[in-house]
Amino acid sequence: MRPFEAPALTPAFPEIFLGLVTLFLIILGVARKDEDSTTVTNFSIFALIAVAAVMFRFSHETFSTFNGMFVTDGFAVYMKILILLGSAVTIFMSARYVERQRMARFEYPVLILFSTLGMMLMTSANDLISLYMALELQSLPLYVLAAMRRDSVKSTEAGLKYFVLGALSSGMLLYGSSLIYGYTGATNFNDIAAALTTHEFLPVGVVTGMVLLLSGFAFKVAAVPFHMWTPDVYEGAPTSVTAFFAIVPKMASLALMVRVFMGPFEPMVDEWRQVVVLLAVASMALGGIAAIAQQNIKRMLAYSSIGHMGYALGGIAAASEPGIKAVIIYVTIYMMTSIGTFAIVLMMKQKDRMVENIRDLSGLASRQPMIALSMAIMMFSMAGIPPLAGFFSKLFIFQAAIDAGLYGLVFMGVITSVISAFYYLRIVKIMYFDAAPDEGIDPATDGRLNAVLAVSSVAVVLFIVIPVPILGAAGTAAATLFSR
Amino acid sequence: MITFPILSLVTFLPLVGVLFLLFIRGNDETVARNARATALLTSIFTFALSLYMYAHFDKTSSEFQFVEQMSWLPGLDINYKMGIDGISVFFVLLSAFLTPICILASWESITSRVKEYMISFLLLETMMIGMFCALDLVLFYVFFEAVLIPMFVIIGVWGGSRRVYASFKFFLYTLLGSVLMLIAILALYRTFNTTDIILLTQVGVPEMMQKWIWLAFLASFAVKVPMWPVHTWLPDAHVEAPTAGSVILAGVLLKMGGYGFLRLSLPILPEASAYFTPMIFTLSVIAVVYTSLVALVQEDMKKLIAYSSVAHMGFVTLGIFTFNQQGLEGAMFQMLSHGVVSAALFLCVGVVYDRLHTREITRYGGLVKNMPRYAAVFMLFTMASVGLPGTSGFVGEFLVLAGMWQASTVFTFIAATGVVLGAAYMLFLYRRVVFGELNKPDVKAMKDINLRELSIFAPLVVLVLWMGIYPSSVIAPMAPSLTRVLDQYHARVTHKTAMTPAIQKTAAPTENTAGEGEAQQ
Repeated sequence: MRPFEAPALTPAFPEIFLGLVTLFLIILGVARKDEDSTTVTNFSIFALIAVAAVMFRFSHETFSTFNGMFVTDGFAVYMKILILLGSAVTIFMSARYVERQRMARFEYPVLILFSTLGMMLMTSANDLISLYMALELQSLPLYVLAAMRRDSVKSTEAGLKYFVLGALSSGMLLYGSSLIYGYTGATNFNDIAAALTTHEFLPVGVVTGMVLLLSGFAFKVAAVPFHMWTPDVYEGAPTSVTAFFAIVPKMASLALMVRVFMGPFEPMVDEWRQVVVLLAVASMALGGIAAIAQQNIKRMLAYSSIGHMGYALGGIAAASEPGIKAVIIYVTIYMMTSIGTFAIVLMMKQKDRMVENIRDLSGLASRQPMIALSMAIMMFSMAGIPPLAGFFSKLFIFQAAIDAGLYGLVFMGVITSVISAFYYLRIVKIMYFDAAPDEGIDPATDGRLNAVLAVSSVAVVLFIVIPVPILGAAGTAAATLFSR
Repeated sequence: MITFPILSLVTFLPLVGVLFLLFIRGNDETVARNARATALLTSIFTFALSLYMYAHFDKTSSEFQFVEQMSWLPGLDINYKMGIDGISVFFVLLSAFLTPICILASWESITSRVKEYMISFLLLETMMIGMFCALDLVLFYVFFEAVLIPMFVIIGVWGGSRRVYASFKFFLYTLLGSVLMLIAILALYRTFNTTDIILLTQVGVPEMMQKWIWLAFLASFAVKVPMWPVHTWLPDAHVEAPTAGSVILAGVLLKMGGYGFLRLSLPILPEASAYFTPMIFTLSVIAVVYTSLVALVQEDMKKLIAYSSVAHMGFVTLGIFTFNQQGLEGAMFQMLSHGVVSAALFLCVGVVYDRLHTREITRYGGLVKNMPRYAAVFMLFTMASVGLPGTSGFVGEFLVLAGMWQASTVFTFIAATGVVLGAAYMLFLYRRVVFGELNKPDVKAMKDINLRELSIFAPLVVLVLWMGIYPSSVIAPMAPSLTRVLDQYHARVTHKTAMTPAIQKTAAPTENTAGEGEAQQ
């Protein structure tokens, strides 16, 4: 054994920096006794952007540190940039909403920062232990955020539900990890991979552990049949928190899944592929069908996100470089459209009261044509209609899946995309086709929401013209995962 | 020769108009006026540019011309590739020709949200032209499906009372068809690592794979054409759409299906096309006869013309799958002729609908007395639809039946009965609307067509007569390209055991016997 040696800190510099900033912001928030949380909010947005800027310049080469528990490579860098930008944008666009809802406490941005830190560590986890720690660091702030509005029964219920089910999934994950450790004798991903490749026959314990691990991940990305919490939590949580839930943690969980299943469990692809295909098809189908009946826009978006995760899982099921590239592209475009959509949900106000019913959107086209146009763009994009970005995200997933011979998955994918087109179209119909009521919606626009909405709409429309930046970056990010 | 990317220019010029439209500000009145003017000007420019393109188009060549290629999706071998040959050039012209007419036709009838309406039409124009120019399957698919968005909005916002139902049905029906094509495209890409349409015609797709891919293509083209039994969205969409929407729908959108068969199914999947020919023939003659019968009992003018569209498009699919020169030329000619004639017929309905706001046939009668000019125009287009010699409708139907006769006499006979039925329902419609007693006071008060309406009809009238009297001006430029398609097809199919009677009977008597089939009308 070598004597104690300090681990190299440079690969984890962004995480360490973000952690320190977050701790500093807690002190700042406590020290500033006033109710105003603007300073902390702005500071956290700035910190997130700064770290993202650092990540842009970060090396895409593979480094590992902390005894191989932490790894950074091109894939991690790309996903971390997405996560950081997603968090920054959700804090940025919900600032006014939070003030209006009298939830403006400094804990709100701080909790998001902690969760973001957890997510960054998730994408870099290279050991079952660091995986679990990162996952819990990500989840615990989310439970608190869901219950942020303490005086609302729905919000507290959402928080509690999320917590109980989240704990259950963590339990499954831990049990799976222990089985894997028991049968392979290792927690480090590289060692597990080595152990699995030398085994001629896979011990059933490893397969069981792997399936349990997969179930735990399925909980986190809300894939059917582990999706039950999503609609309730989305509906109950304050809208700004829902926006965060819908966008950022999903990306981190998918990144973690990619890392685990394309890493140590890569040799077991035949075992896990069928499970992932099942999860994907079930999610696509349920997301498409269940959303049709929803009246609450947040519930509808919850089911819609379940469906979207199904498509993303299709890319993982392909288990190939194009598949992972497709997943990366999918989450990037999903983030753009979700940000735009939630920017509009955050605007939905009627006479000083926030509303959430889909019907309340009626007449938006005549009152606020630009906002309605943006919403229509988002909806058509989510439905996967060309020439909008959403079509290409599905195109790449389907291409990768067909490449892997998963014709059944793709067939289900296109059929469910037609089914889900129905409820996206319904929103367009309510905004454009229905007559405007007298007491219609009165969008609570502010500069920030408008800016976010404009940027995301333009990005979704212009993706077809300039796809190179995203496609190129996604390609290199996926490639680093396979060059090892 | 043209050195600049003319096809991209024609395709995306309408988007420039959209950009201008987006920035129009002011009160409703000015916005509406400026929007109309901007849209009309843009579409006329586009049409002029497409004429310029046609002037430089080498009409004796069978090759793709004005080809542009650019790298598009990095990492995949999918390119932005445009180009036209003798087949697609006419569809580009047709789309560019009908759009200004549509905009003029909605000059007065559309009064709410004029700006959005014009934006939708210009977007639609870009998508349509782009689809006919695309030489890459993914690009083709993008345009093919993108058409749905503006059309959905046009039907849904400016349509009739059941517009929501009709627009959803239209959108979901066509989407369901086209997503299956996407799977087929990706399967082709997986095997041959290209989506270039020209390259794919040369690779020789394995026969078993061809059949599956052919069926997937059929799903999307059959819905678009539309073929029986997936035609049910069409009557609803037509009835509810505003006049100009019906014009574009019948004039161009239906042609996308026929164009798809010609551009993709035949050249890329020749063996499968031959294999499934009996099925296409069966479905087509059912379409011709059944929808003609349905058209006979319609009470709604638009619905009647919608069903007649299905019947006429049945001739198109019949012609395409005869795999001989007359059949293909006939199918092409029929598509172009139907594009003009059905568009004109919907405009005719639009004229009386604007005045009386009903499409019920029994509400009219005796229009010849107070609207003589209208009666004359309507008469001409009715005759063109029936297929009177001297109008464009005759040439297409005649050529298709002549080509059909070489493929199958039985199917020709059944299809020819459709011609008779076509004459029946169109003349019946004309008699009930234009002749008879002029005894309803509100009908009596209707004014004859004004100068604007006349200027819309004038180019259509000229075109219908021109195509009827001098058809070779249209057929000659497309013939080399059709010959190329046929040569490719026969090179691939004839060396196997002949699968359709078409190949065995190439020397069968043509003109005379086919003429008998035609004579039945």
